[in-house]
Amino acid sequence: MFSFDVTQKTKNDVFVHGAVFDALVVGGGPAGLNAALYLVRKGKKVGVITKEIGGQLHNTSEVDNYLGFTHILGKDLSDTFLTHANHLEIPILNEVSVQNIQKVNKDYEVHISNGMILHSKTLLYATGGSPRKLDVKGEMIYANKGVSYCTTCDAPFFKGKHVIVAGGGNSAAEAVIDLVPWASKITVVHRSQWRADDVLLKKLTSIENLTIHLETQILEVLGQDTMTGLKVLDKKTNETFDIEAEGLFIEIGTIPNASLIRHLVQTTSSGEVIVNDTQETSCEGLYAAGDVTNQPFKQIIIATAEGAKAALAMNQYLNQ
Amino acid sequence: MANLLNDQVKDQIKSHLTQMVNPVTMVLFTQSNEAACTYCSETASLLQEVSGLNDKLSYEVKDLEKDNDLATQYGVTLTPSFVMLDGEGNYTGVKFNGIPAGHEINSFLSGILGMSGADPGFDTQTLDRIKKINKPVNIKVFVTLSCPHCPGAVSKAHQLAMLNEHVQGEMIEANTFQELSTKYNVSGVPKIVINDSIELLGDQPMEEFLMRIESL
Repeated sequence: MFSFDVTQKTKNDVFVHGAVFDALVVGGGPAGLNAALYLVRKGKKVGVITKEIGGQLHNTSEVDNYLGFTHILGKDLSDTFLTHANHLEIPILNEVSVQNIQKVNKDYEVHISNGMILHSKTLLYATGGSPRKLDVKGEMIYANKGVSYCTTCDAPFFKGKHVIVAGGGNSAAEAVIDLVPWASKITVVHRSQWRADDVLLKKLTSIENLTIHLETQILEVLGQDTMTGLKVLDKKTNETFDIEAEGLFIEIGTIPNASLIRHLVQTTSSGEVIVNDTQETSCEGLYAAGDVTNQPFKQIIIATAEGAKAALAMNQYLNQ
Repeated sequence: MANLLNDQVKDQIKSHLTQMVNPVTMVLFTQSNEAACTYCSETASLLQEVSGLNDKLSYEVKDLEKDNDLATQYGVTLTPSFVMLDGEGNYTGVKFNGIPAGHEINSFLSGILGMSGADPGFDTQTLDRIKKINKPVNIKVFVTLSCPHCPGAVSKAHQLAMLNEHVQGEMIEANTFQELSTKYNVSGVPKIVINDSIELLGDQPMEEFLMRIESL
């Protein structure tokens, strides 16, 4: 019934205007926190700057594929990470946003929303991703008028209603499971075939009132004051048809939050930060880890591991 | 009713509340017609159990109708609804409409600590901007108990209320108060409504709260 946050005071007296760090970490998700853990253990002066500790873990209700945890809530895993970070007294500046990152000579200058400017010899950029939008007509008109990007947050508004889940990966399958206690009917619409893990797909087979449209593309979100349905294209038959529904949960992956360093580094055509095998970007001393990078598999454990790799490489760079 | 908090949770809360500085009183409004009040008895139990974990924390239960004058003084119109009073018994605008269970336990505990005088951790520039607010500001934050992003938004509304007498911050549990949620077109949370005119979706940094308030 209660879901605790670990709101112990983190050590943050190192964050003073003009302070110089060995390594600043932008982003407090799994990649950023793990990198900070490795760097602080190496004796480096580290600071984590983040909008929200845990990052995208907050958008995940349950995690079943992180080694060591048979089953854990995303929020609880985030708290576990934070407890570990607090144990090592990692300085974390929370609930602020970075507004600007500049390279000045060999160092980095980070401008923060509270007016503070910090300097660092190296920088880890681990800002993750934001929910990807469908980019179809009507989506933004009915955002929060039926269209939602956070199933755990908004499922209770759809009690007894027909809702659609867009997507075919693990997040979409988990969204269906999260909606079962609330929605009277659930329809999945996905433009290709399932990509979700078998273990999740097996769980879907026992759900009543679940309809699945694969190879089906969403063309438009329909509505009046609020969303009333979707216009879709069945790619197998090339026929369009409407699906009446009151809610749409969009679970089609993320877009990388790379805007703050796009002027400094090379990115892919989809905006991901290109890194080498030690997580270094094309800009010396600037590293990236987690969902913001061009590694193809967006998983918590991979982001965490990338954070460790980046930290070890940053340590080597600093020791040169 | 069985206890809402198990021993493990009680220990966590107890440890958290050791950071309290000054006393805090919570005043809960319920109504005698229990059937008309979803979660009234649960909210009373929660306040009772949490109050028992620290000597600086106390609570009172009032009836919305019988104690109408007091309810009016605190601007309480819903049940269950409770306000937090500082060490001198002053109401500074910190209100919870609905039970702060689920993820909202975090805004509840952070409200207690803040109201007790614990350092909110803002830099002087932010504190100066908060102190300069000189017109009435009401911030409603609609939440669901399963929303991990919501307590952050509620806490910021409450911090503003604690630090400036012109600001009132209230959590509204959207499922308990469905009519109100419908009135404010809430189908996604957290939804922040400032003075019934500015609507923000999602948790927002303090900078955004201040910018919007300063634009009023």
